Amino acid sequence: MASAPDTAAKPAAPSDERPGRLAEFWYYFRENRGAVMGMWVFIGFVFIAVMADLIAPHDPTQQFREHLLQPPFWEEGGDFTFLLGTDAVGRDMLSRLLHGARYSFYVGIIVVAVSALGGVMIGLFAGFAPKWVDTIIMRVMDIILAFPSLLLALVLVAILGPSLTNAMIAIAVVLQPHYVRLTRASVLSERSKDYVTAARVTGAGIGRLMFITVLPNCLSPIIVQGALSFSTAILDAAALGFLGMGAQPPTPEWGTMLAEAREFILRAWWVVTFPGLAILITVLAINLMGDGLRDAFDPKLKRS
Amino acid sequence: MLKYLFSRLLTFLPTFFGVTLIAFSFIRLLPGDPIIVMAGERGVSPERYAELVKQFGFDRPLITQYGDYLWGVVHGNLGQSFVTKKPVWDEFFALFPATLELSLCAMIFAVALGLPAGVIAAVNRGKFFDRALMSTALVGYSMPIFWWALLLIIVVSGWLGLTPVSGRMSLMFYFDTPTGFMLIDSLLSGQKGAFWSAVHHLILPTIVLGTIPLAVIARQTRSAMLEVLSEDYIRTARAKGLAPARVNGVHALRNALIPVITVIGLSVGTLLAGAILTETIFSWPGIGKWMVDSIFRRDYPVVQGGLLLIAVMVMIVNLTVDVLYGYINPKIRKR
Repeated sequence: MASAPDTAAKPAAPSDERPGRLAEFWYYFRENRGAVMGMWVFIGFVFIAVMADLIAPHDPTQQFREHLLQPPFWEEGGDFTFLLGTDAVGRDMLSRLLHGARYSFYVGIIVVAVSALGGVMIGLFAGFAPKWVDTIIMRVMDIILAFPSLLLALVLVAILGPSLTNAMIAIAVVLQPHYVRLTRASVLSERSKDYVTAARVTGAGIGRLMFITVLPNCLSPIIVQGALSFSTAILDAAALGFLGMGAQPPTPEWGTMLAEAREFILRAWWVVTFPGLAILITVLAINLMGDGLRDAFDPKLKRS
Repeated sequence: MLKYLFSRLLTFLPTFFGVTLIAFSFIRLLPGDPIIVMAGERGVSPERYAELVKQFGFDRPLITQYGDYLWGVVHGNLGQSFVTKKPVWDEFFALFPATLELSLCAMIFAVALGLPAGVIAAVNRGKFFDRALMSTALVGYSMPIFWWALLLIIVVSGWLGLTPVSGRMSLMFYFDTPTGFMLIDSLLSGQKGAFWSAVHHLILPTIVLGTIPLAVIARQTRSAMLEVLSEDYIRTARAKGLAPARVNGVHALRNALIPVITVIGLSVGTLLAGAILTETIFSWPGIGKWMVDSIFRRDYPVVQGGLLLIAVMVMIVNLTVDVLYGYINPKIRKR
């Protein structure tokens, strides 16, 4: 097991060994117009997240006291200094939205990385462990899944204290059982196949069997789950922020922005509309991409 | 069938104990002294502190504490709320009908629209209707429902002035609530307009809470229908000259319903998670809002008890769905 980290890194690039695989994947993925569109939006989202400091016209926390609740430029009273208007304390909406992409991206990446890494390891272990260990692990996962995800995340944040980091920890904990179940299920179905037996007969150790023989063949559902939980993570983090249990003001996180905007909903539609629209577009793009990934990985399911 | 039922129950029990363990550890996991934390900024006198330590049994060994807790749980004793001093159990079941009413309406809304949408999409596969419906479903599926709620409030309540913004009933009416379901109680009260007020208050929360289940059901129905439509017996039914409506509606839909029903059953957890947001936004006096308020009020016995009751409820529903599914589909039992 000591060599686990370096062996685990290898399956990430199966295309080295089978050059046709990526091309085949792309061939199927490209066919799905929605998925390709989602991919472009997602690339744009990542670009904004990385470059927010450079493209944002203003500092996201700077308060322009003469421009409170100024509407977007196309409405009466708006101007081009603040393209999408300002919020109740005079901060530029556009700049805050652009910086918000950074937080959502950050949440998605960290949550998916933590929950997928942890979940895949536990699932892989459960698939290879003796039956009683497997049973215990799966029961623990059942227990976590018995709680509605948002409720468990809320309670975890109540224990840890409200902040974006703690919200991410809570969401990662809540999402991780899905990876465990998925990985374990594919490991169990792969384990009994001939190529695994062959590897075992030729003397492959348990570590090699786990990470080099079996894991790469279990990856496609995990990748799809990764895409889907990326969007779940963004949604849940925004929901926690909205409930006041995620990122704290004045952080320009989309959910937190919505929470701050709640009292102005009937006076200034733009402070409410844009942050939610940003969440919706991002999540929609990722879900479109996830659907495309699923279809591309599993041509059997393509007809549905 | 009995054996299957038994094996399902056998997995239920350890999960139940695990859930109680999590609920039990909740108060003890809070950083710092739980009593000081619960007292908050007001502080607590030494006498009251000693009293509370005794009340919670913090002076005894952990395992005894857990035993006592479990004993209390199976006897319906979940402790008292700090704020209202009422038993958590009573509070939960006083508020539960509100959540149940909202969830049922949301589910009816989701099924009533989702099922036909899925069938229409599947029958018109690849055509305009299919694409339009499935794109809409994906948008619904990706919707941050708390924002959706705010948008609906802006447009329907604000601009159009059609529905109220919060609560379950207009303050003009006052009557007893024997069942806890506003729709039924308002009818029983016999007061003119009370029922319409209840309906008006329900519309927006129902749409908000039902949106994601609606999208899920539409997507699931479509893929289940497509699966069934490619079966041989459908071809037979078509070949022998049955009307397309009968083939789609009777032969196909019936068999496509099984996975759809499972999805409906298993979305109870999602519904309750959605209820947390929906009830908070619409000030709907149900258990979702109650949980959020309790977390903010540091009313930890309520959080602990509510957490346990909600989890057990989700587990019971999932178990029931599993067992029913095994009953409908004998193939499942064999696994």
